[in-house]
Amino acid sequence: MNPVLQRLTRFVTARETGILLALVIVVAITTIVNPRFLFSGDGFRDLLLTPSILLLVAVGQAIVIITRNVDLSVGSVLGLSAYLTGRVFIDLPWLPWPAVFLIGILFGGLLGLLNGALVAFAKVPSLVITLGTLYAFRGINVLWTGSDRINASDMPTDFLALGTSALAGIPYLTILAIVVLVIAGWFLRTQRAGRELYAIGSDPSAAHLYGLKVTQRTLAAFVVCGALAGLGGVLYAARYGTVNSQAGSGWELDAVGAAVIGGVAIFGGSGTVWGAAIGAYLLLTISRALPVVGVPDFWQGAVVGALILGAIVLDRLLALRTARRLRDVHARERKEVTS
Amino acid sequence: MSDTILADKPVRTYRDYGRPLWRRILLTHEMAIIGLLVLVYIVAYVSVPGFAGPLTIQYLLPNVAAVLLIALPMTLIIVTGEIDLSVASTAGLAGVAFGIANNAGLGVGVALVVALLVGVAAGAVNGFFITVVGLPSLAVTIGTLALFRGLAVGLVGTDRIGDFPAEMRSLVLDRIPGTPIPNIIVLFVVLALVFALVLHFTPAGRGIFAIGLSSEAARFSGVRIERTKFLLFVVSGLVSAVAGIYYALKTNVSLADNTAGLELSVIAAVLLGGVSIFGGRGALHGVIAGVLLIGFVGSALRLAGLTSDVISIVTGVLLVASVVATSFLAWLRVKRVVPGGKKGSPGPV
Repeated sequence: MNPVLQRLTRFVTARETGILLALVIVVAITTIVNPRFLFSGDGFRDLLLTPSILLLVAVGQAIVIITRNVDLSVGSVLGLSAYLTGRVFIDLPWLPWPAVFLIGILFGGLLGLLNGALVAFAKVPSLVITLGTLYAFRGINVLWTGSDRINASDMPTDFLALGTSALAGIPYLTILAIVVLVIAGWFLRTQRAGRELYAIGSDPSAAHLYGLKVTQRTLAAFVVCGALAGLGGVLYAARYGTVNSQAGSGWELDAVGAAVIGGVAIFGGSGTVWGAAIGAYLLLTISRALPVVGVPDFWQGAVVGALILGAIVLDRLLALRTARRLRDVHARERKEVTS
Repeated sequence: MSDTILADKPVRTYRDYGRPLWRRILLTHEMAIIGLLVLVYIVAYVSVPGFAGPLTIQYLLPNVAAVLLIALPMTLIIVTGEIDLSVASTAGLAGVAFGIANNAGLGVGVALVVALLVGVAAGAVNGFFITVVGLPSLAVTIGTLALFRGLAVGLVGTDRIGDFPAEMRSLVLDRIPGTPIPNIIVLFVVLALVFALVLHFTPAGRGIFAIGLSSEAARFSGVRIERTKFLLFVVSGLVSAVAGIYYALKTNVSLADNTAGLELSVIAAVLLGGVSIFGGRGALHGVIAGVLLIGFVGSALRLAGLTSDVISIVTGVLLVASVVATSFLAWLRVKRVVPGGKKGSPGPV
């Protein structure tokens, strides 16, 4: 087969393309109902901007889920990091503002390291550990913040501008998110360590027997996930301007939901960060589209839930089809050998 | 999920049955949690002013009743190796259905039936996707967590539906004369006895453990896995609905976000109580002690003047510490039994 055609076929049949198509349809329908949804300066900007932070968190979550783990603490990590960003501006005003990015990423990475170490060394399921740290981190956040709140006036205008302004029509936040996405996608697809994450997620025991550094790789996945949630926290502060003790609460479910909608199998070993990213866009774009097409926005949650269920049922059907096709191929090969 | 921990399982089993009966009963995770509960109670009783009075229990029990109720079916579900994250959303939806039906003038009896049916339907939806379609419960119930809560929000929006009949509220909330115990706890005790009997003393209960230990082996020994799991999810929906109705009656209002986030408290308490997230291990007395432990630590800290946020730190740390300690003890034991032994494979999810 001609390589271009082959590549095209692969693109058309990819799991991610289905979700992308759904996203395009949602945007198209909403735009037909109200052209301002897409064809106005603000509409276009919001379309790109709103899901950008969730995209980062969902990419990190996807990396962890691919290793057959899950990180429920991302919302709490994001909240802590967002508050830390505000505190840094208030307490260390002499620091050049780009430094907060480094601080946020390192801080998130550190919390991710804690999660990862508990999961990888203590060999305790990540669902339990990160459920525990979800509580603990949020509690520390509330204890630290109290009824205090970071306001826009506490942060430099350059930093806040970054959260909302755009370069040639594309918000900075989106550009940053896409850069991270491309790096993560490239790494998982082509690099040895990236492929090993899939091997670990497919069968942890086999990966261990094969000699893969399971502990190290799992740890790294959690650190990356935490670091991305930390970065998300910094961007949250820039985007919304106010941070209270509840920033990012409930984001863990959005992030897991985005990954699942995007075709990342919940028991690891398959899926891509591209899918998770498109899932994040679909999730938040549908939420924004509903009021435009006349559905009261109270129904958002129900639609999101139905979407997640639809996505996993679809994955199941696709997996069954693949299994059947593989069986047919095997049967044919066997027949050819015997005849 | 369970295959990777098989490596150390035979070792554990032999040791368990090689020990004398009293050690098997007393030196368990459940007993450790009960011991901790007693310890916390005594320390708080002595050192925290105001804790000793009957008011502590009077405030505590109505607050933990919903968690206690949902923890019962959750234990059984986790023992089979599955999980139900949608319980709080089911409770919220049932509470909203209860409020709407009551407001529509159908009478409180009909409203109760409607709400319980909503719970059963919600559980059946979960059960259908998990046992008939064959999807992982973690993914399904994340979906229905959003779906059921979304339906509740869609039905009432930000309205406040309330004003339940006073007789109904007092039936649930009044205290047993002469004690600080509200009536809902009577219902809980009855349910707890039923669940404990089923889980620990019937063939069905052994089947639930068998599914969690090895689904394959359970199938070959004649356990009807799909039917059992389906029923458990339906029961989970039903009990969640009871908790949702209780919550609505207690607060006298059906809000769309009633009981939001409760699933995490329930799961934290169940795991703290010694139920293995891999399935196949756990006991109800540990779970009940786990719920009460979190509750008592919370009220002791609150009375000691600490704000409620410390409680979530304590919950989180207790949960992590209890599972890490279990894992560490298992590692020590394997090391002792198998000379130079090392746990073979890493534990996933």
